[in-house]
Amino acid sequence: MNDLLFDFTVDKPSKTVYITREFDAELPLVWDAFTKQELLDQWWAPKPWSSKTKVMNFEPGGRRFYAMVSPEGLERWSVQKYTSISPKTNFKFLNAFADENENPELPGSNWDLNFSEESGTTKVIVTIYNESLERMEKMIEMGFKEGFSMTLNSLEELLASLSRK
Amino acid sequence: MRRDIFQAIADPTRRAIIALIAMQAMTPNAIADNFNTTRQSVSKHLRILTECELVKQEQQGREIYYSLQIEKMKEVDEWLNQFRKIWETRYNQLDDLLLTMKKQKK
Repeated sequence: MNDLLFDFTVDKPSKTVYITREFDAELPLVWDAFTKQELLDQWWAPKPWSSKTKVMNFEPGGRRFYAMVSPEGLERWSVQKYTSISPKTNFKFLNAFADENENPELPGSNWDLNFSEESGTTKVIVTIYNESLERMEKMIEMGFKEGFSMTLNSLEELLASLSRK
Repeated sequence: MRRDIFQAIADPTRRAIIALIAMQAMTPNAIADNFNTTRQSVSKHLRILTECELVKQEQQGREIYYSLQIEKMKEVDEWLNQFRKIWETRYNQLDDLLLTMKKQKK
């Protein structure tokens, strides 16, 4: 589909996951897509799951409390606590699964997201520290399996919904 | 609580044990001969690996042999692969969204 870089590396001994991806868009747009609730909810959950953000205050010490919702309506909550934010450059958060009352399942994993732009292409490097296989397994068990075989065609839907506004 | 496989393979000695018995099944004594450490310490590592089902024990005569559970190691890679797919899917969705956002800006 495109020549944009995608690199996914796992360092098992140090339990660190590195995900590097380039996007054909300028940095401010990409930054917004990662940091604004209404935009995040449009792409964060792999279909047919959807993302539902209940609380989000994007500021140091703030948090995003959200759920991945299955097609059957099953909700899987997580909380991300923002530990540092350098606008349009980097932000970090502590990620943990939670119950619907926002009680986290600790220890969580530490996320570090880096943004940079070169001639209209924005590179995002996500580093996840202290990821556990158990947690990954949980994510997979959450039902993403079924979605993989589907062809993603969210563009048309999005265009349609946005043009209605 | 089940042991975390990442935790199990995070230790350098345990990784060396895995590499060693990947070649052939070995007794705890034979494994210990390869390390500058005590039998007890090797036994402890083997116990952790066994609890994670990364190695299995087999009685042959009077000796116990440890061998690698290749399937379990493959399972780890399979999980990682699925995790990768989640990110692929998520980011493809973001591509679509960014395209829409760009069109709206114009």
